[in-house]
Amino acid sequence: MIRVSGLKKTFDGLTVLDGIDFSIEKGDVVAVIGASGSGKTTFLRCLNFLEKADSGLLEFDGRTYDLSAMKKKEIRELRMKTGFVFQGFHLFENKTALDNVTAGLVYARKVPKKTALARAMTALETVGLSDRAGHYPHQLSGGQQQRVAIARAMVTEPELIYFDEPTSALDPELTGEVLNVMRSLAENRMTMIVVTHEMSFARNVANRIVFMDGGKIVEEGEPEAFFRQPSTERARAFIAGAMERERNSEEQEA
Amino acid sequence: MGNDVFQLVLDSFPKIILPGLTLTLPLTAVSFLFALIIAVACAMIQFANIKVLKQIVRGYIWIMRGTPLLIQLYVVFFGLPSVGIIIDPIPSAILVFSLNEGAYCAETIRGAMESVPKGQIEAGYCTGMSYMQIMFHVVLPQAFKTAFPALSNSLIGMVKDMSLTANIAVSEMFFRTQRIISQHYHALAFYLELALIYLLFCTVLTFLQRFVEKKLDVSRRKPKAVELPPEGGMP
Repeated sequence: MIRVSGLKKTFDGLTVLDGIDFSIEKGDVVAVIGASGSGKTTFLRCLNFLEKADSGLLEFDGRTYDLSAMKKKEIRELRMKTGFVFQGFHLFENKTALDNVTAGLVYARKVPKKTALARAMTALETVGLSDRAGHYPHQLSGGQQQRVAIARAMVTEPELIYFDEPTSALDPELTGEVLNVMRSLAENRMTMIVVTHEMSFARNVANRIVFMDGGKIVEEGEPEAFFRQPSTERARAFIAGAMERERNSEEQEA
Repeated sequence: MGNDVFQLVLDSFPKIILPGLTLTLPLTAVSFLFALIIAVACAMIQFANIKVLKQIVRGYIWIMRGTPLLIQLYVVFFGLPSVGIIIDPIPSAILVFSLNEGAYCAETIRGAMESVPKGQIEAGYCTGMSYMQIMFHVVLPQAFKTAFPALSNSLIGMVKDMSLTANIAVSEMFFRTQRIISQHYHALAFYLELALIYLLFCTVLTFLQRFVEKKLDVSRRKPKAVELPPEGGMP
């Protein structure tokens, strides 16, 4: 469905993405993992043009685009086919949960208001928040805000949803509700690319792991195989570190 | 004698407040409306960083904020006729006040737009909205709320500054008061009366400001009751 090749990105001479080749098929859930600064978030942002890539090709639904020379119209067309969930939620603070969800339908896609409302309510129901439809973002917990953001991303029936560390800004006790929503999306065969630090989510929900380091995809594979027997030294070190941190936090909780 | 002054002040009250209601307030309302339109346009040009237009807007703000309002009035009303452009007092007042206030409000609104978290703009793009849709549905509504107290200040300031138009023969409250004093003397009593009328106007506006501010404050809002359309197909 999507194929990326030779994606490069530098910030002020610092190479952040150093030639990424990547592809995803319909229904795939890909977890992108790696240490901070490995380029995961930038990779995701380049795919949705929130950052402009220096070079690289993107194949989307059979059409090929030059990532370094995208036209405004092309960007908007592709964004119409995708959803994006941010680490910081970024709900529109002047709008209720319901209006946040309808915005992409009513303004961007000119869907009639009635249809949009019904679709938005269905989406809010999917994330378990139909009773919070009239609430403003500041009246919702972080976990609820992120679930509204997910409803906003899925209401347009995108071909693919990008998740950029969707639980990293949440208190530990609130991550579960967001991960559950994502898990049920995955079960419904939504195509997803998830940048995450949640190893258990990556292991249990994703059907492919992409491990990044130093702006490159160092290793990818099936979750079980990857976590049990990573083939590169860097992946081994990263997994060992992640396991250690998870054990420590469990001990602290106990 | 004291009673006579009191009677004079009382008799002159309608004569002074009437031009306030028919000139000062309408002139302010019209000028401020134009000022807001100019300000939003200028703020959006600066916010969007449109190359040449941005420089023009900066130049305009620089000149309007860097020169006295009274002199701007004089340039338009007394100066322009010498190059063949003759504008009546009231249009002159509206022109100068709109342009002058527009420059100040542009900066207020631009600052308020900058304070809207950038993530919301990115989120807008990701839902497929265009730049202008994001501006009108996300950024400007929030910016307007932030800018409202400062804009109210500007409005109240403009009501009082309207007295400057007495200098270009707009027969508003200050102008009429000066006429009355030239007939009856008692400058202190009449000027105090005039000041009191301005105070009255501004008090009403201050109350109005507080009322609207409460309405705009999202954090005070109760969750909206959600009404679903009947054929929405929802349980």
